[in-house]
Amino acid sequence: MNSLRVALFPTCVNDAVHPATAIATVTVLERLGVEVDFPFEQTCCGQPQYNTGYRREAEPLVRRMTQAFGGYDHVVAPSGSCVAMVRDNYPRLGSRAAAEGRGDDLADQARSLAGRVHEFTEFLVDVLGVTDVGAYFPHTVTYHPSCHGLRALGLGDRPRRLLEAVEGLELVELPGADECCGFGGTFAVKNPHVSAAMGADKIRNAEATGARVLCGADNSCLMHLDGMLRRQGSDLRPLHLAEILASTRTEPLQ
Amino acid sequence: MTGTYLGMPAFPRAAAAATQDTRLRANLTRATGTIRAKRAQAIAELDDWTQLRAAGAAIKDRTLRHLDHYLEQLEAAVTRAGGVVHWAADATEANRIVADLIKATGESEVVKVKSMATQEIGLNEALAAEGITAYETDLAELIVQLGDDLPSHILVPAIHKNRAEIRDIFSESMSQWGRPAPEPLTDDPAELAEAARLHLREKFLRAKVAVSGGNFMVAETGTVVVVESEGNGRMCLTLPQTLISVVGIEKVVPTWRDLEVFLQTLPRSSTAERMNPYTSMWSGTTEGDGPREFHLVLLDNGRTATLTDEVGRQALRCIRCSACLNVCPVYERAGGHAYGSPYPGPIGAILTPQLRGTSTELDASLPYASSLCGACYEVCPVAIDIPEVLVHLRERVAEQGGAGHRLEKAAIRAAGWVLDHPAVLAAAERTASRTRRLHPRRLPGPGSGAWSESRDLPRIPAAPFRDWWRANRTTKERP
Amino acid sequence: MSSRDMVLGRIRRALSDVPRQEGPEDVPVARNYRAAHTAHDPGELLDLLQDHLTEYRATVHRCHRAAVPGTVAAVLARRGARTVVVPQGLPEEWLSQAVIEQLTDTPPLSPRACDAADSVVTGCALAIAETGTIVLDGGPGQGRRALSLIPDHHLCVVRAPQQVVASVPAAVARLSPNRPLTWISGPSATSDIELERVEGVHGPRILDVVLVHP
Repeated sequence: MNSLRVALFPTCVNDAVHPATAIATVTVLERLGVEVDFPFEQTCCGQPQYNTGYRREAEPLVRRMTQAFGGYDHVVAPSGSCVAMVRDNYPRLGSRAAAEGRGDDLADQARSLAGRVHEFTEFLVDVLGVTDVGAYFPHTVTYHPSCHGLRALGLGDRPRRLLEAVEGLELVELPGADECCGFGGTFAVKNPHVSAAMGADKIRNAEATGARVLCGADNSCLMHLDGMLRRQGSDLRPLHLAEILASTRTEPLQ
Repeated sequence: MTGTYLGMPAFPRAAAAATQDTRLRANLTRATGTIRAKRAQAIAELDDWTQLRAAGAAIKDRTLRHLDHYLEQLEAAVTRAGGVVHWAADATEANRIVADLIKATGESEVVKVKSMATQEIGLNEALAAEGITAYETDLAELIVQLGDDLPSHILVPAIHKNRAEIRDIFSESMSQWGRPAPEPLTDDPAELAEAARLHLREKFLRAKVAVSGGNFMVAETGTVVVVESEGNGRMCLTLPQTLISVVGIEKVVPTWRDLEVFLQTLPRSSTAERMNPYTSMWSGTTEGDGPREFHLVLLDNGRTATLTDEVGRQALRCIRCSACLNVCPVYERAGGHAYGSPYPGPIGAILTPQLRGTSTELDASLPYASSLCGACYEVCPVAIDIPEVLVHLRERVAEQGGAGHRLEKAAIRAAGWVLDHPAVLAAAERTASRTRRLHPRRLPGPGSGAWSESRDLPRIPAAPFRDWWRANRTTKERP
Repeated sequence: MSSRDMVLGRIRRALSDVPRQEGPEDVPVARNYRAAHTAHDPGELLDLLQDHLTEYRATVHRCHRAAVPGTVAAVLARRGARTVVVPQGLPEEWLSQAVIEQLTDTPPLSPRACDAADSVVTGCALAIAETGTIVLDGGPGQGRRALSLIPDHHLCVVRAPQQVVASVPAAVARLSPNRPLTWISGPSATSDIELERVEGVHGPRILDVVLVHP
């Protein structure tokens, strides 16, 4: 793996609000012998702007991203929705920029980055060919797959295979797992009542499993659910998959 | 029916009210839950579903890219087969054409097959203003008409009503429209269906004029197709002397053979059946069988405007199966009425703002009525990328400004400047971390409740990831 | 300007992005879906047709060609039918053993006369095994569409193997769009109450299908 240049794209939400997830991602990758790099020029992939209808405003961020990650063989992100933004929407956005007369270079660079970006579990399972990452986490866990991971990226059973290989971990099925948690970026603010109703159902289903931990691979969804859980005073703990995979017998996650 | 969509509030307000309606929520959860599992099973039976879906999308794209050609071909074929083709640029013109055709027969009542196009143009209300009574004959449409209600689902317009509510509507209102409901009437669905059968049979047997929509029109043969379950469609299409079909121009398909795709994908997506109980196909008129006069009204009413948009035009592929409604978590909680249009749910959220424009607050709010979860796209039998179109329409709404979008744009621009300057971003993150103990769990002030009415704000960490990396690792020179 | 010209003009303006040299056939449609989902074994197709008809609440009776008159008579008797609508061209022997009043359609029966009849017996154009569908095209022994619609009981005779096709594509290929077609899959039904399927609304509430094998 040392011959490959691997860059970390922790995403802006993880950088600012959930650094533990980004650190855990680094920890797991390094444990597996991957030398990972963090280009400081990266900020935000532009998903919030793009999905709210500000495509033009997202364009400079896309340009910045393609430059920050230029030259790396692989770009790894612990977020299905940010990876889906890069993989599905960057090429679209680049093509539109070209069609609107702002040159072909963005489209070329966007397509190039789209082909190199991996969601964390994809990178582990597909690129590294690993499902047992040597983790230890002696707790009952239920997994919420998140829409972008499930449908846009088609992560399938990759997260499940990784969790099942964790020593001590008991995985319990989440009823209605494939249903959206109600976050949806600005949806949570523009349609707060429907969003909260969806979140409440997700939480009810998660609590019904009896699990101690609600695991996900997208902190934006978990942030929304965490906000609701804390408001309700629930003991259920949302946790990113990377943090579970980073936990070992010698350095267990507290 | 006196119900109207005019003056309805924007989606978030109507939806907020719906989330508090526990009975509505229970009715929708039950109905959509039932159909979701059945649909998945019906689709799983076909191992070539992916190919059928792609073929359906391709046939519709072929049609849309050459719509003028196929409409002219259709017109010639229908005319050759003994039908008369009319063109309606908008709802007013379509209603005028239909009313005049009915008046020419000397009749003052018509039976109707469930039709989205005639809902869209408000035909029943327009006919009522001309002294013509239109009797809805589809069971769910009948429930909506008797209950003086509005439809809330494409396939099952009365999905928001449960069996007990339907029983009450039948008992109270059937007598005002014709044969009263049998007494006593229980809420057994079979008994309710029997009540509708008795109520409508008299109307079918004496009907002289019928109005229908159409699921497909075949350009090369002039064939119109109506897909249904109850037999009310067959009654209307067969017994009257005059048949008037109002069909959107996007419903044309090029060839007879193309039906082999849609007759596989539509029933399984819609009612989760291998095949719906009845499908009627006719080309013009047939000597000695069915109506002696057939009129086909081709409806634009915003479809050509939709066609102009290269991203948005894929919404015109829609075959009105309603699979996207049935899987949509937002529809399930907001209910169909919140969408303020005969086209609710995900497809409504991209179709209505294109057909009607985005000038009203309601229509401008529809593209945001989605968490972009993608369940709609996954089940769509003609592969309409609904999330893609939603985002595209948000861009249109944001560009036109108004209702909060100017402030939003300013905020997005300001954030964009920060995000384009990593050092400024890092400083901002550090400030947030340093002051994190001062951050409240809820935001103060009016208007801030959107996030914190039901959720705590996220806890800000001691330091951003950037600072951890700087302290613990070294970034290599960029490759 | 006529509305026709207006609408066609709007369409042409809307499609300004479509290259002028592109013809309708230039838009590719891949027909790599299956022509049928089942092996073309006549015996298996007949079993499949029976299963799928039964699943959607049609009642299926299988018999040899010589036994059709007896089967038809028995089914009509079981349904308590006293009057039966007889479309033009129905093979006379099918009703030869039924003790029943026959209503022919010459001159055409009124809707009320059809409504007063107990049953209708027809043949069909074809049947589709994969979907449990029978298709009527108004050919001999099928009558005009109203005849098989208004009576509450429809008995349809399907002649195997020649009238049984495997799939929807096979059916579409054999049917003529120049005839009015009615595709029937089970008795009339609705899902309009809580999206639960209930059999029996406006069309015939009882569908008997006699599958004839040689």
